[in-house]
Amino acid sequence: MTADLKSPAGIMNAPADSLVSGPSFETRMEKISDHEMLLNMGPQHPSTHGVLRVVLKVNGEVVLGAVPDVGYLHRGVEKLAENRNYQQFIILTDRDDYLCAMMNNWGYCLAVERLMKVEVPQRAEYIRVIVGELNRIASHLVFIGTFGIDMGAFTPFLYAFGREREIVLDLYEKLCGARITYNYVRIGGVSHDLAEGWIDQAKKFVAHMKGCLKEYDDLLSYNPIFMDRTKGVGVLTREKALSYGVAGPNLRASGVASDLRKLDPYGIYSKFEFDIPTGERGDCFDRYMVRRNEIEQSCRILEQALENVPSGDILGKVAKFNLRPPAGESYSQVEGARGWLGYYIVSDGGVAPYRLHVRAPSFINLAVLQEILKGWKVADVVAILGSIDIVLGEVDR
Amino acid sequence: MAKGPWSILGAAVPSQEPEAIQRRYRNSFLALAAIFGPLAVIVIGIQLKYGDISLVYQKVFESLTALGLKKGLPIWVPAAVALLIPCVLIATLFHAAPLVLVWWEQKIAAHVQIRMGPMRVGRFHGILQTVADGIKLLLKEDIVPAGADKWVHLLAPVVVVVPAYVAYAPLTFGRGLVGTDLDTGTLFVMAVSGLSTIGLLMAGWGSNNKYSALGGLRAAAQVVSYEIPRVISLLPVVMWAGTLSLSGIAQAQEGLWAGFLPRWFIFYPFVGQVAYLIFLICTVAETNRVPFDIAEAESELVSGFNTEYSGMKFALFFMAEYAYVFLGAAVGTALFFGGGAAPWRFLNFIPSYVWFFGKTCAQVFFIILFRWTYPRMRVDRLMEFCWKFLLPWSLVNVAVAGALILWRMR
Repeated sequence: MTADLKSPAGIMNAPADSLVSGPSFETRMEKISDHEMLLNMGPQHPSTHGVLRVVLKVNGEVVLGAVPDVGYLHRGVEKLAENRNYQQFIILTDRDDYLCAMMNNWGYCLAVERLMKVEVPQRAEYIRVIVGELNRIASHLVFIGTFGIDMGAFTPFLYAFGREREIVLDLYEKLCGARITYNYVRIGGVSHDLAEGWIDQAKKFVAHMKGCLKEYDDLLSYNPIFMDRTKGVGVLTREKALSYGVAGPNLRASGVASDLRKLDPYGIYSKFEFDIPTGERGDCFDRYMVRRNEIEQSCRILEQALENVPSGDILGKVAKFNLRPPAGESYSQVEGARGWLGYYIVSDGGVAPYRLHVRAPSFINLAVLQEILKGWKVADVVAILGSIDIVLGEVDR
Repeated sequence: MAKGPWSILGAAVPSQEPEAIQRRYRNSFLALAAIFGPLAVIVIGIQLKYGDISLVYQKVFESLTALGLKKGLPIWVPAAVALLIPCVLIATLFHAAPLVLVWWEQKIAAHVQIRMGPMRVGRFHGILQTVADGIKLLLKEDIVPAGADKWVHLLAPVVVVVPAYVAYAPLTFGRGLVGTDLDTGTLFVMAVSGLSTIGLLMAGWGSNNKYSALGGLRAAAQVVSYEIPRVISLLPVVMWAGTLSLSGIAQAQEGLWAGFLPRWFIFYPFVGQVAYLIFLICTVAETNRVPFDIAEAESELVSGFNTEYSGMKFALFFMAEYAYVFLGAAVGTALFFGGGAAPWRFLNFIPSYVWFFGKTCAQVFFIILFRWTYPRMRVDRLMEFCWKFLLPWSLVNVAVAGALILWRMR
């Protein structure tokens, strides 16, 4: 009961039920001083992006301390992997980060391929890049839409989420029949070949998408109120970002040009020409702009990839059933829409992984929240949380 | 059909045959024309033949009274009826305005957001959607949260709605169409509509919910702050017209400026435009709408002060919001757009109340449009904007207006 909310360590040392269960929550209310209160944000709250719970200690509108509480969506995905064979687990990776499921498929398959030393056909590599970048665009579109809603602007959501992302999902539907959970990237390749005319439609979408960015800029990015709410808010310094292991757009917004597609080009990323957008201050606005600019760069990659898709097989020579990789371990990292998405697999030579671990970027990015929330207003909590862009399916796994 | 971004994936399959859709639209148009055509003819006919509707009403009422008194009617009956009729009319308007505005807002929002909005209820573009929603809200369970201050929780929506009702009393809906023509009309409207803050505060306190409490406190701070520049922004009009009565101010704006511009205060050089801008901003803030909807702030405070309200209590808050939007626009019409006067003399065949509602709805349209294009401001920036920007400029505006009026009087 005496845990100090000010320090994360204090929370860790507090009795397990002191923050979670009802009565002791009430008791804690009495412990804090008269002009402060605990505000329980989530797990049912319009803008915690799922079932995240953040306990805020506030003085009026000012946040004095924040403790994120995760685990409401825990399904034990990593444990489930130990009871499934290697192909069966792909379908579970879809459910981790459901906003860019292709990346999850890809990251996991990459790890298994490294373990088994499988060659992936060139056509499959190109298709992977295409679907991966499309998925990055779709994921960032959701970010732009929901971040707008967090700021109280409803219309950008309908544009980004309801119009552009819908086209991407339709493209996926034509490709593999699914719109959210694709199960498309397979060990050694991909599951379906490109449908007839699909490439032309994708090209049309890329051309359309580049035009839409101007629309978002007019509506949201350079709106004075939006800039006022995001510039200088929730600054994540370069040092802090690096020390917390933050990755992806959040790290790039803090001024570190780190992108696995350049640092450690997996697949065929070394063939493409693109820039790494970075921010300067590491505030909410930079995190927004980095993602907005990444859509542009993804369009560039897509243009190059869609031009040069070679013909050939889409699946390498891999056993369809009872895949038995040699004993050993492998780790793969891909640059997901939210950061470095890593899969670590330990194999004992059996049909199922002995142990599997997911380096979920959302989870690691979320850890920085309790530090950068302090001192901001309740309204900024929503802005900062939104700008970190978490997916609870991935945080809780 | 095959236009727009969706056409990337090939032509969409229309859910209905194009002919069927066209037929339906033609029928709807004909039905609307059948309703509004004769109505317009009647309205304009009365205007041309007998003059203003208020004069017609007066004549009919006087002759009926004389007839009744001859037959031995007690003297208090006509007096009571004379009071009752404006009350009933205003109450009807008060209830009808939100119904129409909510539907209108849904349609505007939909078209801003590339959607259709309500399309089913009432056959024609979901025209009865709000009625259906109202019935739904009436039938909903009324939930009082555990630990709530029951009486405060119950009274809060009433305290919010009643001032909105009362504030409609001195509004001039056209020439001679006024509930009670108060000499202090402007002051009365401003003062009474400010009372609703108490209701918001009560709702925030009585709900026993931290989000509601934060919302209530935000609402109180915001409305009290924005009241000041709002009232000050109206001072130039009052100084220029020399009266506080809404109909008096509307009368002062009849005529032309420089021979062609309507003599509306919005066209008064510099002062008129600044005053109207400040008034419009403050009106949006007073009604708790985006970009100033921090009291409700869905993404932060769930739903702010009305989080714990359901059913008819919630509907009352909702109704009050739209009533205030309409009220704000109506005050803007009376003070800045010449009330019910036609801009030019040759347009006088259109009755004054049509002008009044037209001008008011045009302003309401902008207030609704703000909501669907702007993000929300942050609470401290909102206060800064009020105290450091709007208030000084409204004071400067009053000073400039005073100087201009003095200079013209010499």
